[in-house]
Amino acid sequence: MQILDRRLNPSGRSLPNRQRFLRRAKALVQEAVRDASAKREIRAADTGGEVSIPLHGIREPNFQLGAGGRRDHVLPGNKQYREGDEIARPQGGEGGSGSEGAPEGGGEDAFRFALSREEFLSIYLDDLELPDLAKRRLVDASDPAWQRAGYAVSGTPANLSIARTMRNSLSRRIALKRPKPEAAAVLEAEIAALDGKPDQAEQLLRLRAELERQLLRARRIPYIDPIDVRYRRFEPQPRPVARAVMFCLMDVSGSMTEEMKDLAKRFYTLLYLFLQRRYKHVEIVFIRHTHEASEVDEEAFFHSRETGGTLVSTALVEMQRIVADRFPPADWNIYAAQASDGDNAAGDSQRTGQLLVEHILPACQYYAYIEVGRDGDQGIPGFPRGATDLWRTYEALAAAGAPLAMKKVRHRQDIFPVFRELFAKRGLLDGASA
Amino acid sequence: MNAPVDGGRLLWQGADWDFATLERIHDACAQVATGEMGLEVYPNRIEVISAEQMLDAYASTGLPLFYRHWSFGKHFAQHEAMYRRGLRGLAYEIVINAEPCVSYVMEENTATMQALVIAHAAFGHNHFFRTNRLFREWTDARGILDYLEFARGYIQSCEERFGEPEVERLLDSAHALMNQGVHRHRRRAPDLLSEQRREQERRQHDERMYNVLWSTLPERASAPPSQGETARRRALLQLPQENLLYFLEKSAPRLAPWQREVLRIVRNIAQYFLPQRQTKVMNEGCATYTHHRILHRLHEQGRISDGALLEVLHSHAAVIFQPGFDDPRYSGINPYALGFAMMSDIERICRSPTEEDRQWFPDFAGCGEPMPVLRHAWAEFRDESFILQYLSPHLIREMRLFHLLDDAAAPVLRVAAMHDERGYRRVRQALARQYDPAWTDPDIQVVDVDLAGDRRLILEHAAIDGRLLDEKDAKQVMRHLASLWGYDVLLREVAAAGGATLREHAVGPPR
Repeated sequence: MQILDRRLNPSGRSLPNRQRFLRRAKALVQEAVRDASAKREIRAADTGGEVSIPLHGIREPNFQLGAGGRRDHVLPGNKQYREGDEIARPQGGEGGSGSEGAPEGGGEDAFRFALSREEFLSIYLDDLELPDLAKRRLVDASDPAWQRAGYAVSGTPANLSIARTMRNSLSRRIALKRPKPEAAAVLEAEIAALDGKPDQAEQLLRLRAELERQLLRARRIPYIDPIDVRYRRFEPQPRPVARAVMFCLMDVSGSMTEEMKDLAKRFYTLLYLFLQRRYKHVEIVFIRHTHEASEVDEEAFFHSRETGGTLVSTALVEMQRIVADRFPPADWNIYAAQASDGDNAAGDSQRTGQLLVEHILPACQYYAYIEVGRDGDQGIPGFPRGATDLWRTYEALAAAGAPLAMKKVRHRQDIFPVFRELFAKRGLLDGASA
Repeated sequence: MNAPVDGGRLLWQGADWDFATLERIHDACAQVATGEMGLEVYPNRIEVISAEQMLDAYASTGLPLFYRHWSFGKHFAQHEAMYRRGLRGLAYEIVINAEPCVSYVMEENTATMQALVIAHAAFGHNHFFRTNRLFREWTDARGILDYLEFARGYIQSCEERFGEPEVERLLDSAHALMNQGVHRHRRRAPDLLSEQRREQERRQHDERMYNVLWSTLPERASAPPSQGETARRRALLQLPQENLLYFLEKSAPRLAPWQREVLRIVRNIAQYFLPQRQTKVMNEGCATYTHHRILHRLHEQGRISDGALLEVLHSHAAVIFQPGFDDPRYSGINPYALGFAMMSDIERICRSPTEEDRQWFPDFAGCGEPMPVLRHAWAEFRDESFILQYLSPHLIREMRLFHLLDDAAAPVLRVAAMHDERGYRRVRQALARQYDPAWTDPDIQVVDVDLAGDRRLILEHAAIDGRLLDEKDAKQVMRHLASLWGYDVLLREVAAAGGATLREHAVGPPR
């Protein structure tokens, strides 16, 4: 009998099968994930969880007998029936049909299973791409990777390199001509053969001396000497870490309603999730502005009310300052998303445009502008809704070729499609000019 | 490690266990099983695994290393979701018909549960695998693990060479025909060990041979084939053929050699599982009876505490629970319940038979020694014949079995027989038939190939009592079949009695 402990075997043996399954049911799962994420808080969008897909899409068919015909059932637990009794056919197929159900629990027509956070996100954000992931910088060795780096003469026993040690030992023994045990054995045999033959006394004496010498030499030259021992050496290697910072800019003046802020927040959340998947470190900077701008924490950003006019340029100046201060563009991937209802003080537009083109855009990987509006705010039917100040400013920049993505969002449902469009794989400029 | 504590005889105390405990349990069980009960077992290998690994294991039908396919991922997801929501507990054990016999036990189990599992799987199932005729004749316990390894490697190499989607499509089609991929009547002990070598030989042979059957040279305009020619063709193709996968492997014109090998793998594995499907009641009955007997014996010997025995009985009762047909929990006859009841009933008949038992079972009623009778039954029967032979009137009464006739043509269901003098034999027969694959599985055979014309493959389903195939499923399977065959396929459903054609399904190959 044998008892084996398999608990330490690598787990997740079924992972390849699972991936195959998810790929197989991709369209169905994608739909289910969209549905599920529409229902849940977007903050919790990345927690994974159960989704449900229709069973027929992943059915494995088999030849099996269908309903109809004549069939026999033997059932346990008879209480009242006598031979010849007639029983009304039960509706809905229960009762009599128990013995011949479909092999995999036929009745259920939806298939529920759990997705991990990674799977959920990867399906959720499938087909999206971050523009320009290029910047990588060797960060100070906070997160080193250990790499093999040759051999060392000192180390821990766990790192002992037996092959290398034995190789050294062997070459040293050969070089120093350490007598082999077999040679000594041969000598001993010869001595034993000659022992007791007086005519060979001289020869015997010589052999004995030789044996003595060999044994002494073998004692002096150890089999393994401390100088043979080698250890595998490992060296810390700073690992390149791509870092990203995400700037959230938002107009919080009185004209921005809670609803608009909520739309903006959803967009930021998506962007954050998305960045988090691509970068190890993602920092967020919140900058709110009215007629003046300041960096705040998340709570204040979304929930505190401010009054005042609207000067978009102040936010850009603040961002420029923070970038210069803390996030040198050479080391950081900078993403910025600005949300506004489109109002800006007359006369500020030009300064805004200039700041963007000269300072902000060159530093950014990506700059997205989201213009939020009220639900149902469609303007007068038949007439195009007048573009806002900010929209016109940015549109002009984009037309001139600035890498700027812009979209209008009126409703929660728009958020995800807009986000997808902005980050779709085909490239961001198409999205921006749409 | 604590030495056996005060009293010295107890195998374990409390719920905790370590490997030494498992070993003591195993040895104590072995004493009872091979000594007193006379069981014959393969050497045991007990593997301790975690709950996640258990889920893994039964996603791939209990086999430890299986090739990769999305359907196993699906089953895993399904089991996992049910397990997480608490709808279903995990099986306590999985046992593999191999030599050595591999039993998985879960680390979360208590010492008592481990004892139950070891007695059940490592001795009960093990004995059954080793001695039952079906297993001896149809499976190769020594070769299965190596063969699975080979199959996994082969399919992986196909994926590398031909791409995952291609292999997946093929496996989908093969799986759809898996139930029709077994020989039921031919008897030749399989030799899985040499499969790998033969795979290469076969390919070399095929490369040398040129199959005239599938020559695409234009033929002389010939007279309608004579009777003799038809017979010759059918003999060449070994028709009629019930093993569809075998037929496709040998004769499908458009398959590449690796595709034939994959079909072969799928059908070899289907064949390996065939005895398990035919002996569910007996196998579980044998194992349940064995663990019941061993653990009671160990308790009598003072090696199991009263508390542990109560825990055993609690699990045992849950396993053999059989709700009545009108209970919402009813989902067919529980094979553990029926199997255990029949084994215990045989023991009763041997030890203290009634007059009725003497009449029904003159061979062994009152013989006093149940083990030889049981061992004989376990070795020589399958579910259908076992029930036909050994189900006693006493048990029919006890389980209150009755036979219900469901004729789609009649407006009502009719009670055809019940547990009374007139009904015993009929109930017994009807129950036995529920376990007869010839009755429960559709009988589908390849009957002809239109060689002169469009190479249409013709199959027949002999429908017994007007029971036709499920149409939607049949359509889908036919599509798989057509894609393997490469030309049109036609399935005729004919009445088994009379031969009238009831329905036809025709499908062309995918373009």
